[in-house]
Amino acid sequence: MLERLASSRNAGLAALAAVVALLPLALVNNYYYEIAILVGLNAIVCVGLNLLIGYAGQISLGHAGFFGLGAYGSAILTARFGWPPLAALLVATLAVALLALAIGRPILRLRGHYLAMATLGMGVIISIVVATEDRYTGGPDGMSVPPLTLAGVALTGERLWYWVVGVLLVLAVWLARNLIDSPHGRALRALHGSEVAAEVGGIDSARHKVRVFVISAVYAAVAGSLSAHYAGFITPAKVTFFHSIELVTMVVFGGMASTFGAVVGAAVLTTLPQALTAFKEYEMVVFGAVMMFTMIFMPRGLVPTLAALCARPGKAP
Amino acid sequence: MSAQFLQFLLAGLTIGAIYALVALGFSIIYNASQVINFAQGEFVMVGGMCTVWLGNAGWPLPAAIAAAVLLAALLGLALERFAVEPARGASVVTLIIITIGASILLRGLATLVWDKKIHALKPFSGEAPIQIGGATLLPQSLWVLGVTLVVVLLLSWFFGRTLLGKALLATSHNRLAAQLVGISVRRVLLVAFGLSAALGAVAGILIAPITFTAWDVGVMLGLKGFAAAILGGMGSGPGAVVGGLALGLIEAMGAGYLSSAYKDALAFVIILAVLFFMPSGLLGKRSADRV
Amino acid sequence: MSLLRAEGLCKDFGGVRAVEALDFEIQPGTVFSIIGPNGAGKTTLLNMLSGIYRPSAGRIWFEGRALIALAPHEFAAAGIGRTFQNLQIFFNMSALENVMVGRHLQERCTLASALLRTPRLARAERACRHRAAELLAFVGLEAYERSAAEAMPYGALKRLEIARALAAEPRLLLLDEPAAGLNPSEINDIDRLIQRIAARRITVVLVEHNMKLVMGVSQRVLVLDYGRKLAEGDAETVRNDPRVIEAYLGAEAH
Repeated sequence: MLERLASSRNAGLAALAAVVALLPLALVNNYYYEIAILVGLNAIVCVGLNLLIGYAGQISLGHAGFFGLGAYGSAILTARFGWPPLAALLVATLAVALLALAIGRPILRLRGHYLAMATLGMGVIISIVVATEDRYTGGPDGMSVPPLTLAGVALTGERLWYWVVGVLLVLAVWLARNLIDSPHGRALRALHGSEVAAEVGGIDSARHKVRVFVISAVYAAVAGSLSAHYAGFITPAKVTFFHSIELVTMVVFGGMASTFGAVVGAAVLTTLPQALTAFKEYEMVVFGAVMMFTMIFMPRGLVPTLAALCARPGKAP
Repeated sequence: MSAQFLQFLLAGLTIGAIYALVALGFSIIYNASQVINFAQGEFVMVGGMCTVWLGNAGWPLPAAIAAAVLLAALLGLALERFAVEPARGASVVTLIIITIGASILLRGLATLVWDKKIHALKPFSGEAPIQIGGATLLPQSLWVLGVTLVVVLLLSWFFGRTLLGKALLATSHNRLAAQLVGISVRRVLLVAFGLSAALGAVAGILIAPITFTAWDVGVMLGLKGFAAAILGGMGSGPGAVVGGLALGLIEAMGAGYLSSAYKDALAFVIILAVLFFMPSGLLGKRSADRV
Repeated sequence: MSLLRAEGLCKDFGGVRAVEALDFEIQPGTVFSIIGPNGAGKTTLLNMLSGIYRPSAGRIWFEGRALIALAPHEFAAAGIGRTFQNLQIFFNMSALENVMVGRHLQERCTLASALLRTPRLARAERACRHRAAELLAFVGLEAYERSAAEAMPYGALKRLEIARALAAEPRLLLLDEPAAGLNPSEINDIDRLIQRIAARRITVVLVEHNMKLVMGVSQRVLVLDYGRKLAEGDAETVRNDPRVIEAYLGAEAH
């Protein structure tokens, strides 16, 4: 059984690595590469967010805030203060981690709707600050961001970025899966299963919740920083309540408590609006309908529902 | 009293009344179904936009208003019947996503049926500002405050004196017991959603002459109405009113005396402060945990 | 020295005093039962002994140390484990994983080693699985090792909770109605399980309604009624105490 577990984990990771390695064969031009990069960046955020929502059973409607702080942190430090991009990324991520740590304790004492609202409030406050402090952030119009440099070499071009994001995605998934398969991961799932039983089993639920909150914030911040450098530009639109909702929808649609589900969710819901550009006016209607439809008929998300269907063919989930 | 202070006070009370109406909508639905209806703001939007549209199409104002409120109520019923009912018993996250999805859907429909432009609704009784102690008051503000007062009185009559209203209250206290005495919870939920939607629409119509209306006004108004509901105590009718007025005043004073740029952030700072320190709000009940 | 000593324990809920002025001592290596009619405050007492409720008044001493203002996980770290009257199984996990979670306190695992899955952690995980499987066998659930918790029958789940609680290697185990809802043959299994647990020098506190089980397995019995101590003593004494008979067993019972 041990071998089975290990191999299923490694198999999934290997499959993801294979997809990342082979996908360029299907990417015919820069536009496709761009979408793939966006998928990858969203997927990184979603893998982290899934730890919080799917495994620990919490919720955050404000994760675009962490994404945005990572992005703007990198942007401001590099563009306004001339910092080297990697140092800026590290410092911005560290700052986000500290914020998540500070705000995590009081916020995660809340549950259900109250927790949802508190995270929403946090996210909106961050987005308002970002849009208002235009001296640093360029305000509602955003600001441009210098390219990411590694050892003096600037990272530009879709293909190069594709590999950077691809490798980081595989790394992100590997770290997340390791966490889940460890005592920490079991503690999170236990919290989700029955918080009181977890507590009497010796699990400090508050500490674990805060820890996974910080980890998911770090994932979002790193993705944010990278996204700012990749696009060369950052606007407050990436920090809004809508973006937070998009991220949660990707996680929930792909499958809660499924790391690969989070990746699938990010892939589907990032490419869907692109596919709908032809029907730009219908984009909101379709997105809203997809969200409602999924949650009403597939509440566990796409990947777990499909997995259940495959496990027992012909049996309704 | 300084004229400036009075100005802020009146502005705060006006917008506060709107927040109160939206907050009442949240509380009614929450009480009946334990669902936070993130689409509440969209009913506000529908009220304003539909009235504008029908008005431009030549309908007399009262008819346009009635039709808009009716449309919103129907949308509320549809939301309950097709989105919330099928997901009964689902987790909090699921329900939140469903109502958020509904709000996005409604916004999308609004851009398709109407448009993405900002629209003005003509004030109900003219635009000549009224002078009070050095401050100016728009006549529309009097409509806002007056209608809100009437609505609040009607609601307290409804909940206190009518069988249907009491059924709603009973369901919110104990769903099973309500069912056991013959109350149709299905019907109660439909009424709750329809009523809340109507309240939202009324709010949207009242405020449209002052702040204009567009396809996306519902987002902020909804969130702020929610903040007001939490401030007053989620699920408490009087709390919604008190919370709404308080939030309006805090916003107006904050914008006037502190920083108008951060006016919108105030509502969310309040959400956080209340949730951290006083989760049951100003008038809400403190619940005792039974394990 | 007693393992656990309760001094003047009280618990109020609003205007209701659920438990009042409870004093008792539990000796190590014994099976100590708490009985009483429904609503007598038994589960409230267990909740205080496991840190879920904070006493409104009074103190709890465990192994000579006062347990004051501690969170439930700190009670667990002190060496107290418990099961629940209404199953609190982790239905989102397998039976084995449920027990592995119980090992949490025994697993010292840093975040870094978890993220990087060091060889040391991999070894520790294997050892944890092994130990969990042993515990499943100890409570008689070896057949369910690969089962999902949500697929297991009620009787098995009651024993799963016990296995999970034992995984933490507690010195005091609180069992809240482990026999509730079980048929006679399953109750016999529980009886023998409790004896096996006691044989491992784990002190057991048993809250139960099944008198045969209680009288058969306990060294000492505490009777609660309306939150107060009605009687305390060995099984025989309590069974024959007229106050107990009247309040709980019924005037006609023998």
